[in-house]
Formats: sequence, structure tokens, C-alpha cells
Amino acid sequence: MTAVVTATHLSKRYRHSVALDDVSFTIEPGRIVGLIGPNGAGKTTALKAILGLTTFDGELSVLGLDPRRQRGKLMEQVCFIADVAVLPRWIRVREAVDFVAHVHPRFDRKKCEAFLARTKLKPEQRVKQMSKGMIVQLHLALVMAIDARLLVLDEPTLGLDILYRKQFYQNLLEDYFDENKTIIVTTHQVEEVEHILTDLMFIRDGKIVLDADMDAVGERFAEVLVDAPQADAARALKPLDERTVFGKSIFLFDGIDHAQLEALGEVRRPSVSDLFVATMKGTYA
Amino acid sequence: MKTFYWLVKRELWEHRGGFFWTPVIIGGIFLLLNLMGIITGEVLGGSTRFNIAFGGEGNNMRLLTRNLDQQSMTAVGAGLDMAMYSPTIIIGMVLGFVVFFYCLGALYDDRRDRSLLFWKSLPVSDTATVLSKVVAATVVAPAIAVVVGTLTGIAMLLMFALALSFHGVSVWHLLTLSHPLQVIANLIGSIPLYLLWALPSIGWLMLCSAWARSKPFLWAVALPVAVGIVLGWFNLLGTITLQNSWYWREVLLRILFSVFPGGWYAKIPHVGGNNPAELLSSVGVMHSYAVLGSVNLWVGVATAIAMLAGAIWFRRWRDDT
Repeated sequence: MTAVVTATHLSKRYRHSVALDDVSFTIEPGRIVGLIGPNGAGKTTALKAILGLTTFDGELSVLGLDPRRQRGKLMEQVCFIADVAVLPRWIRVREAVDFVAHVHPRFDRKKCEAFLARTKLKPEQRVKQMSKGMIVQLHLALVMAIDARLLVLDEPTLGLDILYRKQFYQNLLEDYFDENKTIIVTTHQVEEVEHILTDLMFIRDGKIVLDADMDAVGERFAEVLVDAPQADAARALKPLDERTVFGKSIFLFDGIDHAQLEALGEVRRPSVSDLFVATMKGTYA
Repeated sequence: MKTFYWLVKRELWEHRGGFFWTPVIIGGIFLLLNLMGIITGEVLGGSTRFNIAFGGEGNNMRLLTRNLDQQSMTAVGAGLDMAMYSPTIIIGMVLGFVVFFYCLGALYDDRRDRSLLFWKSLPVSDTATVLSKVVAATVVAPAIAVVVGTLTGIAMLLMFALALSFHGVSVWHLLTLSHPLQVIANLIGSIPLYLLWALPSIGWLMLCSAWARSKPFLWAVALPVAVGIVLGWFNLLGTITLQNSWYWREVLLRILFSVFPGGWYAKIPHVGGNNPAELLSSVGVMHSYAVLGSVNLWVGVATAIAMLAGAIWFRRWRDDT
């Protein structure tokens, strides 16, 4: 199968900053890609380019279409939830469902109503009367009822409480995702998505600094708990990061043979957030 | 086509207050004021035993119905027609304000509250979106205004008829002198004219709405006024010969105030008359379409199309959410 997104030499310059700096990457179908980076790293710009919401230099093909020129056609196959609370405040649940049902050729009304039935949302309820969590439930019900090939999520759970956040990703996984669909998600709540991601992309200052699937990440990176006497030996292997917990040092290594590391101490798979913090060290300095 | 219908419907959902409730409320107030007037007349007339117009054997109203000659009958009919127009005229003036602010917000409000990102997540072209808003402003809003205005007018006539019939005046006969169908035809007939006439304002306001990063109202008003002042200044210095009044009348007025219906009468010769009937027929739809012959109108339409194209372009590429 061909790639869902192919970006080659993608660049985007704003007046005072570079949001994307000659970036190239591909995203294969059936993946859940986490696009993770600090604030202002270019995540949202990358997503906007994919969605045809902004101009850019370089080549970008999404589902074989050029998002700049064929946006209308592209959006039949692509859905996105940009941030929470972008639903218009005046709209009622009934109106939102009606509208999307009539303008979106791939919308399944029954599906949407089934999703809505699981929530407390009432047909006559307006968005402005809902909590953030309920707005996201409505948005998610609308989006999951669309048979799209690519779903783009930009900070979809920002500001939600943990119940809504867990439910959000659970719904996506159980009722939406399959091998024909692709999801790209940006978020700062890395801990909550790391178990569902198949691919990881770190972005920093407009550049992609890590682009790997989760298996490769597990092979490449390792976290080792080292007792104090062996710390110097560990440092000699040039760890990415070192921190101390309860008198033990925890080192994060990139590309060191696991057998070699096991001699130093207990080897674990690093969490994405630890990896992220180590990779992004000094971003705001 | 189906998409377009739903886009227009969405505008109605969002602006139900401005497009529907505003004319309804104005119509209601209009009827209420008239009812209060009738009651005042009745009470004052009853308490002072002084009949202004009706009641008693020899009142002038009955004389009217009995002895009308042809000319007065036409005048009475014209008066009734005018009474029927009056709510629509008032609603039309308010419609101007509604459309003005609707256009200013049409392509700006959803950028400000970021709901643009939701609308843009649907497979709808920006051209269709912008045009649906133009249709909402120039066809749907005036159509609702006309329907509500006409219904109010008819209700008002019936109210008067009823009041008069309590005094034994056969006003049903009087009412047959009016031309409700003609009134309705004239009002509905002027909607296309309104569309063409209002387009320059719609285009300019929507262009500002799509372009401005903030305060579209200020831009839309301040920019043309500033240009006018600069032109006037140059005029004062004698460096250009452009007629200053021409700019204010043909540019500024057209791009800001054409949303108010009826402005086209300024472009038609021979509006007016010696009696109500003549006046009415001179502003009738058959006559007012003479404005289609004016170059001014078509230059305005062409400019408006260019400005709307600009608005669509900004809608597509403006990236500030």
C-alpha cells in the first residue's frame, strides 16, 4: 500500500520564525503516529500543511492529493479535531448531526447517533451549554461516524479531566481504528498515548529529530538502573541523560547493545516522556 | 446543490435572531403601537363624545364609503397600499443594519472563536461557503423581511377594518380598494434588485471580514473614510481634479450603505408624483427596474464580484487560528 502522507523538503517560514525546516517523512497506512514536540516546535504547522490550511514550500502528498490544490476532495477522506472546543458555540447537537450528515458524503448517521446515545448529550443541547468534555464527546461522535482514511488530532484532550481523556482514546481504539485508517496525534500528555502509538515522531525547532516505530524505539533506546560504583562505566558509554532516584542512577542510552548494558544494571524500556525530556533538553534554555 | 442548501440553512440557524426574530419583533411592536393608537382613539372618542373619524350618523368615514368618486377611491386605495408597505419599510431599514453586521462578522467571527477549524474539517469549498453567506444576506434575509412585513401590513389593515366595522362602517368594501397582491408582488419583485444593489456593500464588508485580523468594523469604515479625507485634502491643494463628492456618493456610500434597501431610487428618474397613487406607481417594481439600465449598478456588481473573489481567497488562505 502507498503511504498516506509523504512529505519531502517541507518548509514553512513565518515572518519571525521558521516553523518547519526542510522536513521529510512518510506515514504508512494503519499506523497511529504520535507527533510530539515542545510548544512552538512546528507540530501544528505540520498538521496545518497536511490539512491544506496553510501555504508551504516543498512537496506534500496526502492520500495522493495535493492539500493546497485539492483540499475539497481531500477533506472527504480526512478528518480532524483541532484542539478542544472548536465546535461553534451556537450549534445544537441535532443541528451539528444534520449538517454533517448532509454535507459529508461518508458520514454514517446511525453510527453517530449510536455514539451519542452513549453520552449524556441531548439533541436540543447547544454547544455553549456543554462542558469541554461533552464538546469533545460530540466532536468525536461526529468524526468517528465518518469513514475517513486519515484522522488528524491536534491536542484533542487538552483541558479534559482524566475520565474524558481515557474514554476518548479508548473509543478511538475500540470503535474507530482499523488497519485501513491512520491517525496522527499531537499531544503533551504523552503518558496517555504512548501505549496506543505505533510510531513516534519527535519534532524540535522545525526539524524531525526522531522518526521511528515503537518497536525500533524499544530496540534503540534503553534505560538502565545503575548502582553508584558502576556509574562511571555507564557514563563512559555517553548516555543521553542521567538522573538519580533513591541513590541509583538511571541512564538513558541511544543505540548501545542491550547485552552490554545488562552488565551495568537492570535494563528497561524507557517511557516516551523520559525519552522526550532527554531529547528535548535545552529547548527553552 | 444539496450542500449549498444546507450551508444556507446553517446561516439561518446561526442568525435566527437577526434574520427571523428581528423582523418578527419589529412587526409585533408595529402592530402593538397601532393597536394602542386605535384604543386611544376609541377611548378618547368615547369619553369626550367627540368622534374623530367614525361613529354617529353623519360621520365622514361613512360619507367616504358612500360617496367616493373614482379619483378619491384610487387615493384611498393608494393610502391603504401605503399603509401595507409601511411595516416592510421599517423592517427593511432594520434589515440594513442586520445585513451590515452580518456581513462584517460572516467571515470573521468563526476565525475569532476558532470554529473555522471545524467548518474547514468538512469537505466544503470556500467558494461555496462564502457564496452561501452572500445568498443568506441578499436573498434569505430580505425574503423573510418581506414575508413578515407583508403579513404585518395585512394584519394591520384587518385590525383597522375590524375597529371600523364596530362603528358600522363597511370597511371590507374599503379594503377591496387596496391591492394586496400588487403590494406583495412589488416587494418580492424588489428582492433581486436588492441583491444587485447591495452587492458592492456585501462584497466590501465580506472582504474586510475575511481579511481583517481584528476589528473588521473599524477597517471597513475607517479605510474608505480615510481615503475620502485624503482625496478631499488633495482636492483642496488642487493637485487632482477628481470630484470629491463623487467619491463619497458613488464609492463610499455604495460600499457601506447599499445594504439598506431602496437606495436604487436615487438612480431612477421621475420618482414621485402629485398624489399617493402616482407616487406608489413611480416606486413600483415595474418602474424601479429602470435602474438595471444604469451603468453605475453594473460597475458596482462587477466590483462586488472582484471583492467577493478576494474574500474567498482570504477565506482559503488566511491562517491565523
